[in-house]
Amino acid sequence: MDDSLYFTDQHLQVRDMVRDLARQVIRPTARRYDLESQFPWDNVKQMADLGLLGIPWPEQLGGAGMDYLSYIIVIHELAKVDASHAITVSAHTTLGTSPIVDFGTEEQKRRFVPLLATGKVLGGFGLTEPGAGSDAGGTKTVAVDRGDHYVLNGSKIFITHAGVGEIIVATARTDPAAKKTRGITSFIVTKDTCDLAEATRVGTGHDPTLPKCPGVLTGKKEDKLGWRASDTRELVFQDAIVPRENVLGQFNGGFRHMLHTLDGGRIGLAALALGIAEGALEECLAFTSTRKQFGKAVASFQGVHFALADMATEIEAAKHLVYHAAWLKQTGRPFKPEAAMAKLYASELCMRATIKAVQLHGGYGYTTEYPVERMMRDAKICEIGEGTSEIQRIVIARQLLGDLID
Amino acid sequence: MKIAVCIKRVPDSETRVKIASDGRSLDEAGVKFILNPYDEFAVEEALRRKEKAGAGEVVIVSLGPAAAQETIRTALAMGADRGVLLQTDRIPADGLEVAKALAAELKDGGYDLILFGKMAIDDYNHQVGPMVAELLDLPCVTAIAHLDLTGDKKGGTAEREIEGGVEVVEFPLPAVLTADKGLNEPRYPALKGIMAAKKKPLDVKPASLGAGGLELVAMVPPPERKGGKIVGEGPAAVPELIRLLREEAKVL
Repeated sequence: MDDSLYFTDQHLQVRDMVRDLARQVIRPTARRYDLESQFPWDNVKQMADLGLLGIPWPEQLGGAGMDYLSYIIVIHELAKVDASHAITVSAHTTLGTSPIVDFGTEEQKRRFVPLLATGKVLGGFGLTEPGAGSDAGGTKTVAVDRGDHYVLNGSKIFITHAGVGEIIVATARTDPAAKKTRGITSFIVTKDTCDLAEATRVGTGHDPTLPKCPGVLTGKKEDKLGWRASDTRELVFQDAIVPRENVLGQFNGGFRHMLHTLDGGRIGLAALALGIAEGALEECLAFTSTRKQFGKAVASFQGVHFALADMATEIEAAKHLVYHAAWLKQTGRPFKPEAAMAKLYASELCMRATIKAVQLHGGYGYTTEYPVERMMRDAKICEIGEGTSEIQRIVIARQLLGDLID
Repeated sequence: MKIAVCIKRVPDSETRVKIASDGRSLDEAGVKFILNPYDEFAVEEALRRKEKAGAGEVVIVSLGPAAAQETIRTALAMGADRGVLLQTDRIPADGLEVAKALAAELKDGGYDLILFGKMAIDDYNHQVGPMVAELLDLPCVTAIAHLDLTGDKKGGTAEREIEGGVEVVEFPLPAVLTADKGLNEPRYPALKGIMAAKKKPLDVKPASLGAGGLELVAMVPPPERKGGKIVGEGPAAVPELIRLLREEAKVL
């Protein structure tokens, strides 16, 4: 894809900066964070200082004041080197912060967005429950009106930043009598980070002056196949007290808000998957051109040519899908099916490409000495998180068929 | 503290360069250009000096093609205040011509410090910094790896890493210094800096360059490496290896 199709000089400056950061700072540390399943606090602090935790938000809200494409470029570049870092920025920005920017009152934006945009605290999005995944209408967490506050009970699972985060947008049922998808409301819940020592050490991730909601608890940390340096945990509401002013957006309109947030998130996840695939291709080019078998570089065999050519072709196609969807969103055009197509295609491509990358590395690819095994593990969740591939197909088919069928 | 930093736009060291059809320049198609890495140390040092002083100005000066504006913007995004581009389509092979043009620009600027990278990674000349110092009749310390300035802005001490030790040099201000690796760890331009850089002044004027006394006649890629030779295995091979290193390779 020619850069001039979507990118300005400023986009390229952002890309150069993030590419340097990814190669020089993140790449050398990614393997250790993955092996130890540790949240990369030092790198998160550096990303916060560079403005990467508030890219598309206005400067008066503490953001960098850049556009959506800049944000997508950052996710793409980070994921080439390490998906955990990319999902940390993505979950914080699109899932944790964007609902408050999109649906919050002026007061809510003023209170919460600057903390998130500057990376002072980390944000997350609490939607999935043990009994409500793709079927978010099955939300069981309840919120009971107690006048000046709500009392929440229930639990959310697989929540990115449920542990390290301090501001989480969570959904709960506020009208038990309403139909499945109605009667759900979004709340801004606050809690202390579970990693106070590290947050204090690096100077990001904790704000002692932010009032916290009693009864919001961090559950067990998930032991995952991939994205191991990203913080994924259970979030438990045990008679949690959430002030009335923390109701986000329209009362009983939480389901619609959630769909909106997920639509935007899909493009970010597509960019992330694209980044993993491209990173894997770069590793393959470097490895196969130096690794010798039968007296010559592995890359000189035609069977390897075919594999590399297929990877590169699919990556090129995915780039067009991802950046076109991002451009649609940025320019205010409808983007729902295009975002779903980009996410579907890029995530399935990144699975194929990383499996192939491990194969091209032979035995080395199966060891943690080379990053392709990590990339392969990181790829799988792209077909699951923020809407499975199956859900993406449903979204696309619904757009195609519209009212043609019931 | 008023500081000038002279920078150069150079091909990225990760780029595979090709020689153009004229046989004496680089084929720029598809080549990525960056801020010369040694100049990054100079920019970073200037910013730190200004931050430490709490006031002042950091001016970026470059001589190069119109595209060097992007390189200057990178330095502005790091935090420099304004830029000057002395525009020319072709940077002369004779470093003295570059130095004359830069010196003319810097002469009446009232700078306390003029910083350079110790060399550009494209031509490895190490020339322009010291030449500018000479033309401006200023003291010059090259390839500094550490810098201390006195509180009264009258002078400073620089350290140079030399073979087997460190050389410590005192100098009065104003002075010209060229930066070596190790002087500092250059910052990444933050997004806010990138946004702000768009609005910072960047003055573009034609460079006035003389013919110079040097002509670049040809550029030739290095010869391909010849295949190695395995002389044997284990301790038995050592005498033969030593003989070949001494007699054929002539490195012992």
